[in-house]
Order: sequence, then C-alpha cells, then structure tokens
Amino acid sequence: MNFVHGIDFANCPLHIMNHLFLKSSRALALGLALCVSSLGLFAQTEAPPASAAAAAPAAAPAAAAAAPTTDQRIAALEAYVNNGDPGKSLTGVAGPGHNAWMMTSAALVLFMTLPGLALFYGGLVRRKNVLSVLAQCLGIAGLVTILWWAFGYSLVFGKNFNSGLFGGSEYFFLKGVDSAPNTDYAYWVSQNVFSMYQMMFAIITPALIVGAIAERMKFTAIMAFVTIWMFVVYFPLAHMVWGVNGLMNGVWNANATIKAIDFAGGTVVHMSSGWSALILCLLVGPRLGFGKEKMAPHSMVLCMVGTGMLWVGWYGFNAGSAVAADGIAANAFTTTTIATAVAAFVWGLIELIFRKHASILGFCSGAVAGLVVITPACGFVNTNGAVIIGILAAVVPYIFVTKVKAMFGYDDALDTFGVHAVGGTLGALVTGILAVTSVNGNLNTNLKDVVGHTLWLEQLKAIGLTLVLAVVATVIIAYIVKAVVGLRPTAEVERQGLDINEHGEEGYVD
Amino acid sequence: MKLIIAIIKPFKLEEVKTALSEIGVEGMTVTEVKGFGRQKGHTEIYRGSEYTVDFLPKVKIEVVVPTEITAKVIDAITKSAKTGKIGDGKIFVLSVEEAVRIRTEERGAAAI
Repeated sequence: MNFVHGIDFANCPLHIMNHLFLKSSRALALGLALCVSSLGLFAQTEAPPASAAAAAPAAAPAAAAAAPTTDQRIAALEAYVNNGDPGKSLTGVAGPGHNAWMMTSAALVLFMTLPGLALFYGGLVRRKNVLSVLAQCLGIAGLVTILWWAFGYSLVFGKNFNSGLFGGSEYFFLKGVDSAPNTDYAYWVSQNVFSMYQMMFAIITPALIVGAIAERMKFTAIMAFVTIWMFVVYFPLAHMVWGVNGLMNGVWNANATIKAIDFAGGTVVHMSSGWSALILCLLVGPRLGFGKEKMAPHSMVLCMVGTGMLWVGWYGFNAGSAVAADGIAANAFTTTTIATAVAAFVWGLIELIFRKHASILGFCSGAVAGLVVITPACGFVNTNGAVIIGILAAVVPYIFVTKVKAMFGYDDALDTFGVHAVGGTLGALVTGILAVTSVNGNLNTNLKDVVGHTLWLEQLKAIGLTLVLAVVATVIIAYIVKAVVGLRPTAEVERQGLDINEHGEEGYVD
Repeated sequence: MKLIIAIIKPFKLEEVKTALSEIGVEGMTVTEVKGFGRQKGHTEIYRGSEYTVDFLPKVKIEVVVPTEITAKVIDAITKSAKTGKIGDGKIFVLSVEEAVRIRTEERGAAAI
C-alpha cells in the first residue's frame, strides 16, 4: 500500500482519486495564482507568471511557431540598422547600438541636472545660499525618481486609460518594464532604458523651476510643490505630447486633437517649468532687499562650469530624443551644436555692442538660451534653421531678461522665465515654421498636409494649452502648499542664509 | 615707539616690504581690506541687474618702530607705494604705550 499524505491511494476507487487529484491541483493552481498576482504589483518579470499558473495546462507553447526564415532574419538585421520594425525575428530584444546610445543619453541628461544645473544655478546665487540650490537639485532627483517608478512612467507612457490626457496604470511600479523594447515608442531600445531616459527629463523639469524662487523658498515647500506639480502638470503634459495616444502628439497619434510637434521638450520641459516659475516667483514674492542690496553671483566660475556641463549633457537631451542612434539623432546633434554656439556668440556680441563688455554671464545665458530654443526643433529643422534659431535665441530672451524684467520688476532670480519660458515658447512657435519633412520623414506619417502649412497654428494651440495648464496649476498648488507648509522661510532665516539654517552646512568653510 | 598704519594698493605690497627691509624694518602685519577715498568704484552688470561697487580692495600694513626712525619709514613707504594716480593710499602714525615680545617677555624698545 502506498500512503501519500495519509490517503490510501492503492485502495481508493479511481474516480475518487481523480476527484481528489483534480481538486488539489486546482486548489494548488488557485493558491499559486493568488500568491503571484498579489506579488504582481512588485514583480519585475520577464514572463507573466500569473497567467501561466492560472491557465494551468493550456495549449502547447504558441512560440513553437515556425522559426523565422533567412530572409526574415536579414530583414530584421536591416531593420536594426534602419531603426525599423524587426518583423518576425529579433523581436523582444534591444539593438545594442541604439540601446547603448540611449543609456549614454540618459546619463548625459542626469549630468545636466547633477551637477550641470546645480552648478549653473549654484554659482549665480549668493555664497550663503549655494548649498540650498544643490540640495534642491539632489532632493528633486530623489523625489522624482520615486514618483516616476511608482506612477510617473505609467501615467506618461501607458495607454490603458484610453485617454489623451493620462496614460495608464499598466506600468505602475514599473511592472512589466524590462529590457524588451516597448514598440509603441522604440523598436530597438529596452523599455527600462527608455523609462530611465525619460525619467531624467522628469527630474530636470521641476529642477529648472527653482531658479525663479532661489534664495527665498523653504526646502520642504519646494519638495511639496514639486510632488503635486508632477502629477498635475508634468505627467499629463508629457503624455499629451509624447504618449502614443496623447492628444498633442501630432507625429505619432493620427487622432491627435492638436497636431503639434515637439522633439525634445520645448513645451513639456521649458514652457511648463518657465511659466510655472514666473507664477511661483510672483506668488512667493521678491527676495528681501531686492532692488536695493547687491545680489551678484558669488561664483561666475561655477556658473560657467555648469553651463559647459549643460551644453554637453544636452546632446543626450536633444539627440537622445530620437530614441535611436540614427540619422534623425545625427541631425539633432548637429542643429543643437550650431544653434547653441550661434546664440552664445550673438548674446556676447549684443553685450559688446550695447554694454561695452561681453560678459561671462552673457555667453553662458546665450548658450543656455540657444539650447532651450533648439530643443523642440532639433530633430525637425536643418542647419540653416539652426542658425536662425540661434540668432533668435540670443535676441529675444536677452530683451526679456534685461528690459522686460526691469520694466515689470519681478524677482525671477535666475531668469528661469526669461530663458526657459520665453525660449521654450519661441522654440515651439519657430519649430512650426521651420520644420521640414526632408530632415525627418516621420513627419509624413500623419502630418504631411500640416507641415509647411498650418503647423504653426497647431503649435500655437499647443503653446496655449501648455501655458494655461502651467499657470493655473501653479496658482492652485502654490496656495495649497502655502496653506499646509508655508512658502517662505522667516525673514531672519532668509537674511542669515538658507544653507546654515535649512541644511546645517556651509558651502565654503574658511 | 610708533605704530605706523599704511593703506596701499595691493600690487605694491612686495615693493613696500622690500623698501622697509632695506631700512632695517623686518617685521610687519598685513591685512586685506576694502575701502575708498577719492578713487571711484566700478559698475558690475549681471544680465538685467546693475550694481555699483564703491569699495575697492586695498592692503593695510602695520609696523611698530622706534620713534627715531619714523620719518625714514614714512619716506620708504611713500616712495615705494606711490603710483601718482588717485587711490595710492594713506599713512597714519600713532603712539604706542607698551610692546612685549611674547617668547622672551622683553618689553619696550627691546621688544620691537
């Protein structure tokens, strides 16, 4: 007699044995399914185990279909080089060159924030507040990473909400996001790499805002503001412009309500942060002593070092937005270089002519302005367009940061509005005028009749929507944060400096 | 004993030190200071913000010397620190009540 689990199988009638066996195996399957699906929230899976267990002895693996033919395999390799659909072979696997470029680009964009922006802004504030800027950049990097992992990536690049405004929940906690490409966005880049790359954009966008309210906003208030702002402004805006079913994704969404284009984030990154920055700086109010006391940059050396890092990192930001190491990326790389260099030179030239000195801050501001304005355009315009953009990028922001700011007297401490809002808006508009299909054939997919005709109008609509969203949301969020946490430190803390009071450290100990 | 305070242009420090050494004055105290007299400051412009900087960097030299050589010291400093342009600086002479060399506890003239 064989005893198994106390059941006498040898003497059990067969039908009872079958009944027991089926019951226990079904129970086992059910238990397994329950366990696994509850873990599903945190699962970093290659295959979905829940469905495998629940389906029990389903049909034989469907993947035992016919192996790809030699022609199909060659086509797949050619598709790798051309950044196209691999078809029957090489599916679910990233292409090394494209993936390597995107990993590099992600690192470059992070480099833009840490330490590029940190030093650029850090050098421009007074000595007693240098660490506050660094802390804000570091804090935002950590905070946004957590938000992105939990909800952000899914809300921007998911699609199960079937909405042009918000993506979906399918990728919450990066579930299912592994090294296989998400073909909604790229054939040859790992989805986890794509997610990390996009996360760097999500990090730097709120970090730009801190420039406008530098030296006079509480660290906790900034963290609270950014948390809400990401959900109300950034995630929906990024989905609208870059989500596969986003209502402003003119290039890839045939049903887009607004057929606008934005290669690397003129609206998503610069307009959103820039206009929000303006509203926030008006609501927070000017620094104590603004207009009377000297508030010169404490280190133009750090500022310039930061600028160089921003420029180099921006290649990841702009050329990486091709999400491939292809000809479009090459074009973006080129136009970015030309527009930035032209803008830096022209800004210096304007200062030389009108102010007798070409200043370091002038060159740096020109370079950053050039980078901002070329951002939405880089993958859509040619080098002639880049030169035009470079000149405009120096002239228009220059007028805003010198004349307009002086006229209205707002304390946009580090000129986030003057450079990013103005530059982003200008860039979005100019993209609509200078974009050509010869540079980017993807414009022919859904925008053949729009490019060169009514694209500028679509861009205007996108600009309008972005502006309204950023402004209205910032007003509401600012008042909420003010009520719960308070926006400004006490006058004494502000006078002594934020570093020693909010962070317990000094930037330079002599 | 006299305390001689000289405010001079920073780049003249080496010359003044050499001139004092040549007349036998080997020790001194030097501080970096800011100040202005008739020399005008300058304007700094950062994007849209203009700042007038009135205070100019200067160097203050303090030496305590025997009363007998006061005139020689003033002469040495004046000749070596002068450029002929506005902002060359000033020299002040004060009386000293007591001087002590800490290592040996000597007092008075022996201390300087």
